[in-house]
Amino acid sequence: MVSFNLLVAVALAYVAFLFLIAFAAERRAEQGRDAWMRSSTIYTLSLSIYCTAWTFYGAVGYAARSGLEYLTIYLGPTLVMVGWWWVLRKLVRIGRTHRITSIADLISSRFGKSTALGVIVTLLAVVGTTPYIALQLQSVTFSFSVFAEAAGREWQGTELTVAGLWVAAGLAIFTILFGTRNLDANERHHGIVIAIAVEAVVKLCALLAVGIFVVWGLAGGVRETLALIDASPIAAWKPSGSRWVALTFVSAAAIICLPRMFQVLVVENSDERHLGTASWAFPLYLFAMSLFVVPIAVVGLDRLPAGANPDLFVLTLPLAERREGLAMLSFLGGLSSATSMVIVATIALATMVSNHIVVPAWLSARSDGAMVSGDVRRVVVMARRLSILGVLALGYLYFRLSGGGAALAAIGLISFTGLVQVLPALIGGIFWRGATRWGAAAGLLTGFAVWAWTLFLPSFGEGNLMSATLMAQGPFGIGWLRPYGLLGLTTLDPVVHAILWSLLLNGAVFFLASILTFPTPLERLQGAQFVNVFEHSPGPRAWSTRSAGAEDLLVMSQRIIGASEAQALFQRAARRQGKEGYLPDVTPAFVEALERELSGSVGAATAHAMIGQITEGASVSVEDLIAVADEAAQIMEYSARLEEKSREQERTARALREANAKLTALSIQKDAFLSQISHELRTPMTSIRSFSELLRDGGIGPEGQARYAGIIHDEALRLTRLLDDLLDLAVLENGQVTLNRQEGRLSDLLDRAIAAAGAEGLAVRRNRAREAAVALETDLDRLAQVFINLIANVGKYCAAPRPELRIEVLEVGGRTAVDFIDNGSGIAPEDTELIFEKFSRLTDQGTAGGAGLGLAICREIMARLGGAIGYQPGRGGAAFRVTLPAREALAAE
Amino acid sequence: MAKRVLLIEDEPNIIEAICFILSRDGWTVHTHADGTTALERLAAYPPDVVILDVMLPGRSGYDILQDVRHSPQLRHLPVLMLTARGQAKDRELAERLGVDHFMTKPFSNAEVLERVRALAGP
Repeated sequence: MVSFNLLVAVALAYVAFLFLIAFAAERRAEQGRDAWMRSSTIYTLSLSIYCTAWTFYGAVGYAARSGLEYLTIYLGPTLVMVGWWWVLRKLVRIGRTHRITSIADLISSRFGKSTALGVIVTLLAVVGTTPYIALQLQSVTFSFSVFAEAAGREWQGTELTVAGLWVAAGLAIFTILFGTRNLDANERHHGIVIAIAVEAVVKLCALLAVGIFVVWGLAGGVRETLALIDASPIAAWKPSGSRWVALTFVSAAAIICLPRMFQVLVVENSDERHLGTASWAFPLYLFAMSLFVVPIAVVGLDRLPAGANPDLFVLTLPLAERREGLAMLSFLGGLSSATSMVIVATIALATMVSNHIVVPAWLSARSDGAMVSGDVRRVVVMARRLSILGVLALGYLYFRLSGGGAALAAIGLISFTGLVQVLPALIGGIFWRGATRWGAAAGLLTGFAVWAWTLFLPSFGEGNLMSATLMAQGPFGIGWLRPYGLLGLTTLDPVVHAILWSLLLNGAVFFLASILTFPTPLERLQGAQFVNVFEHSPGPRAWSTRSAGAEDLLVMSQRIIGASEAQALFQRAARRQGKEGYLPDVTPAFVEALERELSGSVGAATAHAMIGQITEGASVSVEDLIAVADEAAQIMEYSARLEEKSREQERTARALREANAKLTALSIQKDAFLSQISHELRTPMTSIRSFSELLRDGGIGPEGQARYAGIIHDEALRLTRLLDDLLDLAVLENGQVTLNRQEGRLSDLLDRAIAAAGAEGLAVRRNRAREAAVALETDLDRLAQVFINLIANVGKYCAAPRPELRIEVLEVGGRTAVDFIDNGSGIAPEDTELIFEKFSRLTDQGTAGGAGLGLAICREIMARLGGAIGYQPGRGGAAFRVTLPAREALAAE
Repeated sequence: MAKRVLLIEDEPNIIEAICFILSRDGWTVHTHADGTTALERLAAYPPDVVILDVMLPGRSGYDILQDVRHSPQLRHLPVLMLTARGQAKDRELAERLGVDHFMTKPFSNAEVLERVRALAGP
């Protein structure tokens, strides 16, 4: 006989073993060797948390009581997996795109990140799941008691509750240890998933082993088993059509609405393609789980004493036949079913409670706004741990209150019906853009209330929460409000009645309220993104790993800022993180820095959008948490961002228009420049060609010959000068000029310039002593070139009968300037800006001989020297002021 | 009586060259170097052929040509245009304005002579 202590030791050893597996898996995941953990097999096995202790123990009891009806619980999920997997695919895609952490998060996020909806769904989930957790505690406790009984000592009531407390505490510790190691819910719980996959295998093997033992070991073969079935009361059961339809529907809905199913199906999903495998493999698993249910039930009814609880046949049959090893395996199978469900459900609920209730409350309580990320993370982890304890405490409380008497299947159905109240909001939210938060909230509350009234509260037993009179006559004697006979509909089974009314009213209110209310802008946006998720997000792809993100970012950055620049940038970032190579970790700080870097090239809006495309869903931020806390702020931030983006685009467009105008102007200028050069070159060439032809053809006297040869010579010189000027200007404009610094005096330089300008007949008035006081240290040749140009221009353009030039030295704003003023008619005010441009010869007189490059060259030279040249209107004649370079023009005395 | 050519041009050396070529061939050549007064000069003393430069001080050859073609008195005056701006669009503009012949500098003496003869007619 198995001693009770041995049983406890085995149970503890098994839990320790799971712990080890989970721990090893986490370690491997941390080292990046987790590819096999993200396989479709593991995914399918993790879905098996659908099969809880209810399925493991309860299905047999269900079959013993209600015949084949237990099959509806398998039929629903199978229909969804096979026929409606595209709904699941949409959920998974939405979950991935929007980094959904729970079913409450999905509903809240869809309806404009509504805090209230998150709270409603969370409360609904907690209330709905509590009976289910109690159910698991109950089944584990019962299985212990069965062994105690077999050992010859029947448990008393207190012993049951104490055992239940121990089980709940153990589960809480295990869940806290593994469920709250990572903060980000999108960082999936590798360890837990692997552990529940192992448990899935254990429970399937256990049930199959018991089944095989029953069919071949006890009944004596398949034929004998079939004969037993035919003879049993199960065969005589008349299935109720309405119950079949209602139960199949509820269990179909449950597979997407149960928080724990949503957790493994959507949140823990690492690759959308795994759904494809699961769509046939999971129904197969369910089939295997249900295969021996009826034989075990029939043989149990046949062999065990009449009062035996059919919910425990899986355990009691082997024990009665003294197959202790098999009984132990069966016990472990039941334990696996219960623990895996409780752990995942608790994690899912704890995530909801902390994300939608605790953290928002904490954030709004701390309105000072000064938060560091570490601060929030600590709070979130603590909130999740407390939530886990709270959820299990509630489960235990329900276990105590319900007295542990109700049949497992009944509790399971109550729970299912409560949780599927999310269905209208969920399906409506992802397929109907018109659904609004008011619709969702009203529908959910209606469904919740109807469920509580018609099923949940009565489940505590008549006289516990609802008095017998209330049940029979309705509140205050209002007959049509009777919990089991709403609106006078009394002919239905209570469960079917509750399912029908709750979902019908829920859906109708959801629809009507949605039609009657208007969505907020954020709701509209989220609605569009959810409903059209396949148009908004990239095709099926595994969760992007961090290094792949970095590589994508590098590729994009190279396109924007150039290969070597981008590589250097990434290498620097990687080195700062202590890594070799070009791929740093994609941390928020790095992304922010990169975005700033790229903004310099393509503008902030574009850089943000481009980086967003690549890192979407990869970066961890506090923003998500704050968003939950303050929806209004979120909307404002969103619209501010929209405005900022449109302003940014406007700015970009304007910059582009300006650049385009500049380019057009430049091209026109370039055109005009070429045309000018052509003109300036062709004019002397024309003379040269014409006169050389005359000389060649002969018939010209010696005097003419000499004259024409002289013209040709002068024009050739003019061409040379022009080319020199052009080259000079090009060099100056490109900044390739090397300055040859020398020291000298202004007076000497002006002497040189006047002599070189060749302006005969020009009277020059100057103050040589004042000039001599100015010491220069600059490129004297270049400065002289400017002076020569100015002096020569007077000779060329001054129209006075007796041209005269005044040269004055003066101090202007701490700098020495030299003014050149002639006695001509000056330059028209509208032309004073033009004269420093290339080819801006105003009179176009051939006699002047210049190409209009002189002043342009002067301006370039003065800019290179660090000085300036400008026209001075109102000084009598044409007046130019040359401001000498600041530091070199120090007075000698 | 010798046929008359009016040369509207501002570059002294080119004026000298064209004057020499045409005079030697028996033409009476008058010159005018200013764009603003060119039209008046033409109206006052219409020649048999006009040689018109484009880049003139004061007013461009194109403007003068346009006025010539719009003047009832001068409309049929043969105009030979000479320009140092050798781009295709310059030629197109001149042709659109109704030039009789368009030549790009530098020209050959023989060609100028030949064109002036052709434009003057028999």
